[in-house]
Amino acid sequence: MKYLLRKLKPFRKESILAPAFKMLEAMFDLLVPMVVAYVIDSGVRVQDQPVLYRGFVMLILMAIVGLACSFTAQYFSAKAAIGSTTALRHDLYAHIQTLSFRDQDRIGVSTLMTRLTADILQVQNGVNLFLRLFLRSPFIVFGALIMAFSISSRISLIFLGGIALLFLCVIVIMRITGKGFRDIQKYMDKLTLLSRENLEGVRVIRAFRAEDAEEQSFREQNQDMQKQQFRTGRVSALLGPLTGVTVNLCIILILHLGAGQVNGGILLSGQVVALVNYMNQILVELVKLANLVVTLSKASASMNRVSQILDTCPGMQYPESSSSASTDSDTAVSFDHVSLRYSESGEASLRNLTFQVRRGETLGIIGGTGCGKTSLVSLIPRFYDATEGEVCLGGRNVRSYARGEIIRKVGVVMQRPHLFQGTIRSNLTLGCPDADDTVLWEALEQAQAAEFVREKKGGLDAEVEQEGRNLSGGQKQRLTIARALINKPEVLILDDASSALDYATDAALRRNLSSLSWPCTVILVSQRTATIQQADRILVMDHGQIVGQGTHSALLRDCPLYREIHESQYQEGEAE
Amino acid sequence: MKLLRGYTKVFRRLMGDLRPNRMDLILTLVCSLLVTLCQLYIPVLCGHAVDTMIGAGGVRFDLLRNILLRILVCSCLLALSQWVMTACSQRLSFGVSFRLRNRLIRKIQTLPLSYLDTHPSGDMVSRMITDVENISEGMLMGLTQLFTGLTMIIGVLIIMARLSLGVSAVVVGMTPLGMATAAFIVRRTSKYFKKQSVIRGKETALIHELMDGQKVVQAFGYEKGALERFDEVNEELRDASMKATFFSSLTNPSTRMVNNLVYAVVCLVCSLLAIRQSITIGEFSIFLSYAGQYAKPFNEISGVITELQNSVACSERVFEILDTLEEDVSGEKEYQAEGNVSLDHVSFRYREDVPLIDDFSLDVRKGQRIAIVGPTGCGKTTLINLLMRFYDVHSGTISLDGKDIRTLSRSALRANWGMVLQDTWLKSGTVRENIAFGHREASEEEIIQAAKDAHIDGFIRQLPKGYDTEIAENGANLSQGQKQLLCIARVMLALPPMLILDEATSSIDTRTEILIQRAFSRMMKGRTSFIVAHRLSTIREADTILVMKSGHLVEMGNHRSLMDQNGFYAELYNSQFSGAEAAEA
Repeated sequence: MKYLLRKLKPFRKESILAPAFKMLEAMFDLLVPMVVAYVIDSGVRVQDQPVLYRGFVMLILMAIVGLACSFTAQYFSAKAAIGSTTALRHDLYAHIQTLSFRDQDRIGVSTLMTRLTADILQVQNGVNLFLRLFLRSPFIVFGALIMAFSISSRISLIFLGGIALLFLCVIVIMRITGKGFRDIQKYMDKLTLLSRENLEGVRVIRAFRAEDAEEQSFREQNQDMQKQQFRTGRVSALLGPLTGVTVNLCIILILHLGAGQVNGGILLSGQVVALVNYMNQILVELVKLANLVVTLSKASASMNRVSQILDTCPGMQYPESSSSASTDSDTAVSFDHVSLRYSESGEASLRNLTFQVRRGETLGIIGGTGCGKTSLVSLIPRFYDATEGEVCLGGRNVRSYARGEIIRKVGVVMQRPHLFQGTIRSNLTLGCPDADDTVLWEALEQAQAAEFVREKKGGLDAEVEQEGRNLSGGQKQRLTIARALINKPEVLILDDASSALDYATDAALRRNLSSLSWPCTVILVSQRTATIQQADRILVMDHGQIVGQGTHSALLRDCPLYREIHESQYQEGEAE
Repeated sequence: MKLLRGYTKVFRRLMGDLRPNRMDLILTLVCSLLVTLCQLYIPVLCGHAVDTMIGAGGVRFDLLRNILLRILVCSCLLALSQWVMTACSQRLSFGVSFRLRNRLIRKIQTLPLSYLDTHPSGDMVSRMITDVENISEGMLMGLTQLFTGLTMIIGVLIIMARLSLGVSAVVVGMTPLGMATAAFIVRRTSKYFKKQSVIRGKETALIHELMDGQKVVQAFGYEKGALERFDEVNEELRDASMKATFFSSLTNPSTRMVNNLVYAVVCLVCSLLAIRQSITIGEFSIFLSYAGQYAKPFNEISGVITELQNSVACSERVFEILDTLEEDVSGEKEYQAEGNVSLDHVSFRYREDVPLIDDFSLDVRKGQRIAIVGPTGCGKTTLINLLMRFYDVHSGTISLDGKDIRTLSRSALRANWGMVLQDTWLKSGTVRENIAFGHREASEEEIIQAAKDAHIDGFIRQLPKGYDTEIAENGANLSQGQKQLLCIARVMLALPPMLILDEATSSIDTRTEILIQRAFSRMMKGRTSFIVAHRLSTIREADTILVMKSGHLVEMGNHRSLMDQNGFYAELYNSQFSGAEAAEA
């Protein structure tokens, strides 16, 4: 809540004025039965015609002023609700950007997206409704009670009892149905899942002739959901009738007691009419209040979820500026007894790794899926911090670098080529917005991408669709490689980044990378021995450990796992 | 009017789904009539009650008691009928959505692939879930509301006219004012709502993109740029939401104001009448409470109309699916194939103007291996589509043991094929359910044997609950290789005479790949197989190689003859092979 309140602070004026005007409007609503009673008792009954006109003018004025008040209130509350949640959304997104990769993995992309969209929208609706109704409805309920008191303190006891009973009805029924509605939502999610599965797996389902069975399991879920809907529906349908009958019983009592008092000369019949009107007003507002409570509880649940994200402290601290210690060390990257586990309880993904890469060397890393190759390289640009041991870049612990400096020094090409909507240029210049064309073309040449970019209409300014949908897998990979080259990094990491390239292009790319115009240490991750066999040194990984280290020929001789991988890929070649 | 026509059309179509709930429909209508009557009668009784209170010492208690008793009966009747009405109308709408969804899932099992391939599954899912919801809610709950609203208006008018024609004339005269106000605001706001939803969609898309690439953003220090892009859309959304929210929130106060004006006028006219004693004070109070109620149905109806518009639009989307022609199920129901496949002058195209396969003939003997080779997107899957009859040929025939496959039912044909696709689809459920996917009645031993044949038994046993381990949606908790092995186990259980294998292994590590290859070759023994091939060894060992390029079949033959031709295949083969050789050097 504190985040929301902080965002509402600039809208303090709006947040106070909106309910205030709402209350003003409610006040007029409350006065209406009084005016009517006045017209009846002081006008009609005593044959005083001017009173009738006075009453009419009062009603009209109240209607118009009431309208003006509520327009003002709606405007202020919309402004406060939307303004504060827009700012909240900005803050949330800005905060997400400071989260470490570890936090992001834990929370998950789809969760973050829901927080940014649906949850904030829910909060917005909640704030808006809160500002508009939260004071109005109770005000009318209790205002009506007070008005009743002012007319007849004895009869107002009925009001007191009635209101208590009404609240009880609403609370009990919402309690009972709350769980039912949650269950229905679960069934609905399951049905959605089944529909999606049936559509996406249509070929398999038909090939295995499982149509009927799949249909059957959908029907069963659907049936269960219907049963739950009926059950919950029956109870929730009670809300209206129960509150209605309570109010009507109260009215009967009011009429009964009122008649006695009229008979005794204590009350006038116009006042009895006013009391009945107040009772009816209470019913209307109470139903609104019940809806408000539902919306508010949803909104506050959403706000809590948003707060959880905002409460997550960035799991990684960077020094403000790098200590300007000399970086002329001869080793580009070194690992000293490094281990990594992604979660406290989980299994270690990397175990006790020690190795060094000299400046300008090329390091190859190979191993099966899930062996820890990607984990290893993501320690170098400090995407994650090692759980144990020390990772050094240019002779200094990676933790001693300012963030900007690491980004400049290490260029990363990730396994999945991710491009943003925009142009080729905007994608290449993510990291340095002011790179000029010559730099871009140079990088494209080196990444073997210049040719197809040149052929595109618009060249560097050719459009890139969302997710780079208008480019082939190989084109995307080459663009992401070029992107990493723009900064002329000291260390370049390619995480299985050429899997979609054909052998010839891949070979040419590797040739280019070994003759870059600046001193660059290249780290190649791959599943194919062909990609890495010319590296100065190769690490063979298995289950998070290094099981072999050396050149291609040395590993072929000494490392059984490496030999096995190599042979499985080259048996055809050798057979020829 | 257009809405009315659309609505009746949709309603007529829903008749079939309504029939099992017709008692609910009748009860809903009857009860809603009762509800209206009670709601109208109670203020009348209250008015009479007030009339018994003439003044101090003049209260007619005998009359009052009688009236209060009637109010009591009416309120109980009201509560009961209101409950029955709400419960029944809910049953009605849940029942209809239940049956609509059942019909849709049946339909999905029988729709031609050509339809499903051209309709994104996300959109189809939203039709099955959200649109059906909107139909049942909008159409049926809306119907009840509309019905009660209309009867309420008519009832109020009748009773008021009986009490005093003059006052009712005043009320009716002011009706257009209320309707016009509501209509004006609805029209204005719908424009802003549309704009808001467009921009919200834009923001969602942007968030999706940015969150998906968040790691790239951070790896390149692009945070500021990303935040700028985000803010730009965020501000745009703020403006649009502000307008939409503000204008829509004017509806209630405005109609309330009109309502209050009517109330004031009624109050004046009635009090003038009462002062001349043409009506009693009780009747005066009846008028006032009606004047308060009279405008309410109008507000409700204007809300219902928006909902109805929405539900008519939704139902069009749902009926579009239901109206699509199904695949025919005629043909022989059972057929045990030998495994001789022949394609005779086959032509096929997805789109009329884009020829794809033209006059293509091929003879495959039982047990032969056919490799399909070509760069990604060359149309390899098209051939699979034709063989499995996911699509039908345009001209020519595909025959199985000399029988045109169109004389077989699709189901009989597919029983003879085993298929492992690159897209490893698994259903959410246990490992066992997934292996026994095509054969629910398979025994435990058979399932375990199939898993062993696919070299996945060992892995499954390591899982927390073994064969009963739940697989998450689309196998999210399995690696690509494990998923593929499970898909192979699925086919292993049946082992039909013919196989289609899409042996993509690009994201699988070599050691798993070796397992997969072994599983594949065990499966292919003695069976006719069509393999989308990536590995040189598979290609060379094939009896016939089909070389495809950008949707066309360009060459056909065995390895040697194709190499001799020195065409596209030779080029493809050499580039891959020499690449490997160059690296070797």
